[in-house]
Amino acid sequence: MIEQFDSKARKDAFGSKINRDHSPVMLYAVPWLSILLASLTPLWPVIAPAPIVPPFAFLLLLSWRILRPDILPLWAGFPLGLWDDFFSGQPLGSAILLFSLTCIALDLIERRFPWRGFWQNWLTATLFLMLYLPASVILSGADITLYQLRLILPQMLLSVVAFPIVMRLVAVLDTIRLLRVRTIG
Amino acid sequence: MPPPKSETSGSNRKAQVGLFTGYVLAGFGALVGAVLLIISLWRPEALYGLRSMANDITAPAGDAGAATRVGSRNVFEAIAGYYDAGSKNAQLERELAVARVRLAEARAVEEENARLKAVLSLTEGDIKPVAISRLIGSSSSSARRFAYLSVGKAQGVEAGMPVTSPKGLIGRIVEVGRSTSRVLLLTDSESMVPVRRATDNVVAFAEGRADGTLRLRLINLGINPLKEGDIFVTSGAGGLFRPGVAVAMVTRLENDGAIARLLSSPAATDVVIVEPVWQAVALQSAQTPLGQEVAIE
Repeated sequence: MIEQFDSKARKDAFGSKINRDHSPVMLYAVPWLSILLASLTPLWPVIAPAPIVPPFAFLLLLSWRILRPDILPLWAGFPLGLWDDFFSGQPLGSAILLFSLTCIALDLIERRFPWRGFWQNWLTATLFLMLYLPASVILSGADITLYQLRLILPQMLLSVVAFPIVMRLVAVLDTIRLLRVRTIG
Repeated sequence: MPPPKSETSGSNRKAQVGLFTGYVLAGFGALVGAVLLIISLWRPEALYGLRSMANDITAPAGDAGAATRVGSRNVFEAIAGYYDAGSKNAQLERELAVARVRLAEARAVEEENARLKAVLSLTEGDIKPVAISRLIGSSSSSARRFAYLSVGKAQGVEAGMPVTSPKGLIGRIVEVGRSTSRVLLLTDSESMVPVRRATDNVVAFAEGRADGTLRLRLINLGINPLKEGDIFVTSGAGGLFRPGVAVAMVTRLENDGAIARLLSSPAATDVVIVEPVWQAVALQSAQTPLGQEVAIE
């Protein structure tokens, strides 16, 4: 008699390993779509009296580039930044510039430190947020006083705290991205 | 995590070229961004079209969300309300008694007002709203304070029109798309509204501070006559906002004015009204340089 095969032997976290493959659409669309959707947070039904909501598109861009440096191209900052500028309330061009510079800087870090851990990733993201948020305020075209710069401290804290959560979310999205949903053969 | 295979160029000529192209493209993207940024800071109106088009496309999503906002905002307040229901009730009863008296007084004033207006043969200055709409979103992570409205050119909205709610002034339209428009909220640091104290003629400018409060700068300097709790309304100076719309309440005194809270917080606003510019001719002549004929339409 043939012994019953372990049902999990032909499966892994991404589904059955036999007769199934990754969907090429999802492989590329999930990271782009998730960041584009995150840019739409200004359309949330929250009318904020002060800048408090973390810049989710930027957090997602950071997470995707840190977790999966190979799926978003280096030039992704331009289209993603353009889309973000449409909704964020910043003058057109500020996110394009900052996202592009972020992509270049992250790539240099990736090359210098190919092996990273959670704490280093968080530290990197914190560093980027500490530069990105004040830079956005300076580029926003508003009258800048010391008071305005102090205003973003709560937002900065929220963003830094939110980063590991966003990174977990990106990890979940990455699992979904790699699900074997396409039938072959 | 080890670096992915495609990222390690090594002596692979193709990978090296690909990497180089990536850097060139990313650098080019950053450069284009910088140029666009300079253009939009220097000539903000140059790139409006592009942005309002994107807003038109995504507006339905925001519109659906806006309907739930007023309900959802109150979840915590509703729970908190149970804790001090008793004392609140007593306080409300006291306030109600005072309010009844005030209401009677107001009726008397209203009658007198109507009589005096009849004497002067003034017509009732009813402003016909241009459009009625919901706020569908705001720039919640930017240092600028904008909100989005679900009406646009199709409904007759034009840049410059004031936006009010039943509780007071919200801001003014700065950008108009086909079916959406962008509102510069009073709290934006670029917003400036001429106001006066509701009870007398102490005039001031209300300047946004980007954190939900306004800074009132008195025009006549001297001894600061303001007190906490003073209500400020629009003065009508400049011709953009009609006079008498509630704006803010003083919460803290400063040397040359005060810090005031918005009476009509955009967060708690459901329906807003877009009004026509109050005195379009006055506004137009104020914007015409000296020595030029004022073009009256």
